[in-house]
Amino acid sequence: MSSTAVIDWAKGAAHAFAGIKQRGISMLPFRHAGITRFQETGLPTTKDEDWRFTSLKPFIELPFEIMIESGSQTIDQSAIGDIAFSQHDTDRLVFVDGNISSELSQISEQSEGVIVSNLASASPAIENKIGNLSSEDQNPFIALNDAFFTDGAWIHIPANSTLSKPVHIVFLYTAIKAGQASHIRNLIIAETNAKGTIIESHITLGQAAASTNVVTETQLGDGSNIEHIKLQDQSSLAIHFASLHSKLGGNSCYAFHSFALGAQLSRNNLRMDLTKPGIECTLNGLYMTRSRQLADHHMIVNHAAPHCDSHEYFNGILDDQSRGVFHGRILVDSEAQKTDAKQTNKNLILSDNATVNSKPQLEIYADDVKCTHGATIGELDNEAIFYLRARGLDAQTARRMLMHGFTGEIVERIQQNDIRDELNELVWSRLENEHHLN
Amino acid sequence: MLEIKNLKACIEEKQILKGINLTVNAGEVHAIMGPNGSGKSTLASVLAGREGYEITDGEVLLQKNDILEMAPEERAREGVFLAFQYPVEIPGVNSTYFLKSAVNQIRKHRGEEELDAMKFLKLVKSKMKELGLAEEFLKRPVNAGFSGGEKKRNEILQMTMLEPSLAVLDETDSGLDIDALRIVADGVNRLKNQNNAQIVITHYQRLLDYIVPDFVHVLYNGRIIKSGDKTLAHDLEEKGYDWLIKDS
Repeated sequence: MSSTAVIDWAKGAAHAFAGIKQRGISMLPFRHAGITRFQETGLPTTKDEDWRFTSLKPFIELPFEIMIESGSQTIDQSAIGDIAFSQHDTDRLVFVDGNISSELSQISEQSEGVIVSNLASASPAIENKIGNLSSEDQNPFIALNDAFFTDGAWIHIPANSTLSKPVHIVFLYTAIKAGQASHIRNLIIAETNAKGTIIESHITLGQAAASTNVVTETQLGDGSNIEHIKLQDQSSLAIHFASLHSKLGGNSCYAFHSFALGAQLSRNNLRMDLTKPGIECTLNGLYMTRSRQLADHHMIVNHAAPHCDSHEYFNGILDDQSRGVFHGRILVDSEAQKTDAKQTNKNLILSDNATVNSKPQLEIYADDVKCTHGATIGELDNEAIFYLRARGLDAQTARRMLMHGFTGEIVERIQQNDIRDELNELVWSRLENEHHLN
Repeated sequence: MLEIKNLKACIEEKQILKGINLTVNAGEVHAIMGPNGSGKSTLASVLAGREGYEITDGEVLLQKNDILEMAPEERAREGVFLAFQYPVEIPGVNSTYFLKSAVNQIRKHRGEEELDAMKFLKLVKSKMKELGLAEEFLKRPVNAGFSGGEKKRNEILQMTMLEPSLAVLDETDSGLDIDALRIVADGVNRLKNQNNAQIVITHYQRLLDYIVPDFVHVLYNGRIIKSGDKTLAHDLEEKGYDWLIKDS
C-alpha cells in the first residue's frame, strides 16, 4: 500500500465530513476535533507497531460512503427472527447502518430509572459524556468515529438497579454498495452496584464490502457487575473496526466476551482501565477464520490500583490462508500491588497456510504481583487424541470432540445460560459446516 | 484371553521390549513389576496402540485375534482398557458427554442398545457413588484441574463403565494416598469376574495388598526375568530387584 493511497483516502474522508454536518450542530465541535485529529495522524500502516500484522489495504481500496441515513424501510421483522439470540427474552435495540430503527427495536418496561435507548435521542443532554474514556487514545479510528458517528446504544443503569432482562443491541448493515461506512458510538454507564447483561451483534444483510467503525465506552461504578457479549458475524467481505474503552469502579466485575466469526478484516481494540481496588475483569474471546479472513484482537489492560484481577483468554481456530493476530499488553503500575493477571492465547491451525501472530506483553512495575502469560500455536494434542481413541472413539470423533472442547473453553465462561447454549451451537455448526475438521 | 508371544518393540530405533512372552487367562490378575526403565509402560502403551512404537517381532492375541494391527479405538472396542499413568487433561470437553460417547460407542460395537441420557446418568451416578466421586465431577471438563487422585479415580470410573475384558493399569497407584488406593483397588476387584482379566503394572507391593494377583512377573531390560505367585511380590519388597538382576 503506497502512502499516496493513504493520503488520498484521508482527503476523501475530509470531503465526506461536509455530509455529516447535516446531523445537526450540537456535536459539531467534537466532530471537528475528531476530523482534525484524524488529519494529523492519518490511517495507520504496517510500519506502526500496533498495526504491524494487520494491513488496512482492503479498507483503503474501498470508497468511503458515510452512512448518514439508513435504508431501514427495506428491512422487515422477519430479518430479526433469523439472527442469533432473537428467540430469547431480551430487550432489543436495532440499528441499521448505524441509525436507530424504532420499528425493529423492542424495549420493555425496565426498572425505574434504567435507560435503554439510542444516543441520538438523548442528545444533547448526554453529549458531555461522549468521548470521556476514548479521547486519550491515539487510534485514528476513534478520531474518525468522533467525526462521523451517527448513533448507537445509550444504556444507563442507576445505582443499585439491575437490567430486568438482557439488552440485545443489534447492528445490521445493509451492505448494498461497496464502501458503505457505518460509524457507531455506544455509551454504557452502570452506576454503583448496578447489574446487567448486554449483548452486541453485528450482522451484514447484503453482499457488498461495507465497513463498520464502532466505539464503545463502558463506565462501571463501584460494585457493579456487567456481562457484555459481542458477536461479530458479518459477511466475508465486511470490514469491522471496534474499540472498547472501559473504566471500572472499585470491586466491580466486568466480563467481556468477543466472538469474531465473520468479516474479511476485523480488529477489536480493548482498553481496560483498572483504577480502583478489587476489580475483576475478564476478557474472553474466540476467533474462527477461514479463506483469507483476518481477525485481530489488540488489548491493553492497565492495572493502576492494587488487588485487581484481570484474565484474558483468547482461543483461535484458523483454516485456509486466514490469519489471526493477538496482542495482549498488561501494564502493572507500581501502585498495583497484589495484582493477579493472567493471559492466554491458544491457536489451533487447521491448514498449512494459516498464520498467527501472537504477542503477549507484560510490563510490571510493582513487586508483589502474580502475572502469567502464554501463547500456543499448533495442532491438536496427539496425546489427547490417543486418550479418546483408547476409550473407543474413532480418530475423527476424537478430533471433533477436542475441537469442540477448544471452543467450549471460551464459550463456557459466559454466565448467561441460554445465551451460552445458543453460542455453543452456533460456533459448532459453523465449524462443522465451514471448516476442514478432518 | 491374552497371549503375548515374543513381543519386541522399539521407539526411535531403541529396542525397549526384547521378547515378551505372557499368557493371561480369563479370571486372572497379573502384576507386572520391575525397576524404572525396564519397559513396563512401553508394554502397556503397545497393548493399547499408542503411536510412536515400532513392533519388530511377535504377536499379541486377544481372544485369538491379533490386535497389533488394530487402531487404538478398535482395541478398546474389542475390550482393551488402558488406565493411563498420566491421564490427559481435556479442557472444554464435558465429562458426561465424553463418557457417554465412549460407553455408547463400545455398547454399539458389542451389539448392545445405546444408553439414553437418563439411563446413562443413572448408571454413572451409581458407579460414582461406589468410587466416592462427587456428582459435580460430571459437569467438569475431563480431568481438567483434577488432583492426581481424582484423575486416577476417573480412570477407574471409565474402566467400570466400559467393562473391558482386559484392563491394563499402568502405575495407577502412583501418587495415591492410602484411601484413594483402596478406592482404586475396590474398583478393580469389583470389575473382576470369570470372563475378564487385569494386568496391574506397579512399582510397589503396597497396591498388591489390595488387589491380590494370581501371578507376579518381573520385567527387566525388556524381558520377563521371573514369574511367580503373590509371594514373589513380598520377596521383591524385602530384597529389591538386585538378586534377580544378578541371576538374569
